[in-house]
Amino acid sequence: MRLDLGAIAKAGTSKANQTGGWRNFKPIFHQKKCNSCDLCRIYCPEGCVTMIEKKKYTVDYAYCKGCGICAEECSSSDIEMVVEEK
Amino acid sequence: MTTTTLAAPKEQSCQTLLASGHTACTGCGEALAAKLVLGAAGPNIIVTDATGCLEVFTTRFPQSSWEVPFIHSLFENSAAVASGVEVALKALGRQNEAKVIAQGGDGGTADIGLQALSGMLERGHDILYVCYDNEAYMNTGVQRSGLTPFDCMTTTSPCGELSWGNKHNKKDMPSIAAAHGIPYVATASVAFPKDIENKVKKALSITGPKYMQIHSPCPLGWRSNPQLTIKVAKLAVQTGLYPVFEMENGKVTKVRKITTPKTPVEEYLKIQGRFAHLFKSPKGKEEIQKIQEIADRNIEKYGLA
Repeated sequence: MRLDLGAIAKAGTSKANQTGGWRNFKPIFHQKKCNSCDLCRIYCPEGCVTMIEKKKYTVDYAYCKGCGICAEECSSSDIEMVVEEK
Repeated sequence: MTTTTLAAPKEQSCQTLLASGHTACTGCGEALAAKLVLGAAGPNIIVTDATGCLEVFTTRFPQSSWEVPFIHSLFENSAAVASGVEVALKALGRQNEAKVIAQGGDGGTADIGLQALSGMLERGHDILYVCYDNEAYMNTGVQRSGLTPFDCMTTTSPCGELSWGNKHNKKDMPSIAAAHGIPYVATASVAFPKDIENKVKKALSITGPKYMQIHSPCPLGWRSNPQLTIKVAKLAVQTGLYPVFEMENGKVTKVRKITTPKTPVEEYLKIQGRFAHLFKSPKGKEEIQKIQEIADRNIEKYGLA
């Protein structure tokens, strides 16, 4: 690997690094009881939860590490963590 | 001389200014805090960072998670580098184009970077310094720092027959920063994202040096369940162990009140492995009482109740 002067990296290139492989538990967004409180999106340390439309959120499994914060904080218990078998 | 624009590109494909794919541990409070700070500050910022978890997990060369101009130099000089950036912007007459945010962990702020931070505050640079307080040197394997709380077990303050863990109290960094006579000092917690947003926006609207300290749980170092990151952070605030307040020109102007009746500190301590030794022997009760006294002192000092 060539190191340029100042070791400059391009912005946002970490997206090439798919951290979803770390996951043991997978969040399932049921999208049934969701009340659009937005907490799952706000509290996600990966920033990989997005709102598709009102009361419909989804998670990018390519990056989700399965920490379970979204399921724990979900105000309507609409997110379930399930063991992921690979 | 050609000048490049400092503003971030318009076609923001990313949702947040801290891109996914960073290598923070699962349930990292610091990654969340950084995401919230960047989200509140917006794209027209230049950030510097001290060595630490945040720098390591976001800039795994040749990748970077930052969608804003970012510079890392050394452990101790995040504030000094930011000072240079701010002065350079002024010299070029471009200080209106970008705000400067310096960041550091608790070790890079309260121990190793304290003199650089003090210099920055003293010289009056127009910079917001954000300290992500995860209460130990997590990046190098959980060594105690100046912001590690009392009786906390770390690898350099182990618990055992002769020790209850960290013997010293948490350094009162916000007061040290405020003693420099700076216009704005605030503490916050990742459990309250709206509060972080408001405080970052308010801080950036003030000219001069600003200091902000964000309580960011570290599931690995605190030996807590990653799922409970937010719960742990909330309990720290509710028990009074982590007072969330704003100081303007040296005076406390706003505090986040705790719910009454107050939550006993046990609630906060028992869900973290770093305090598990306090619950293993009857003598630990006395130590928990000492921690309760710290919380009570905070409640009285800042009028949290």
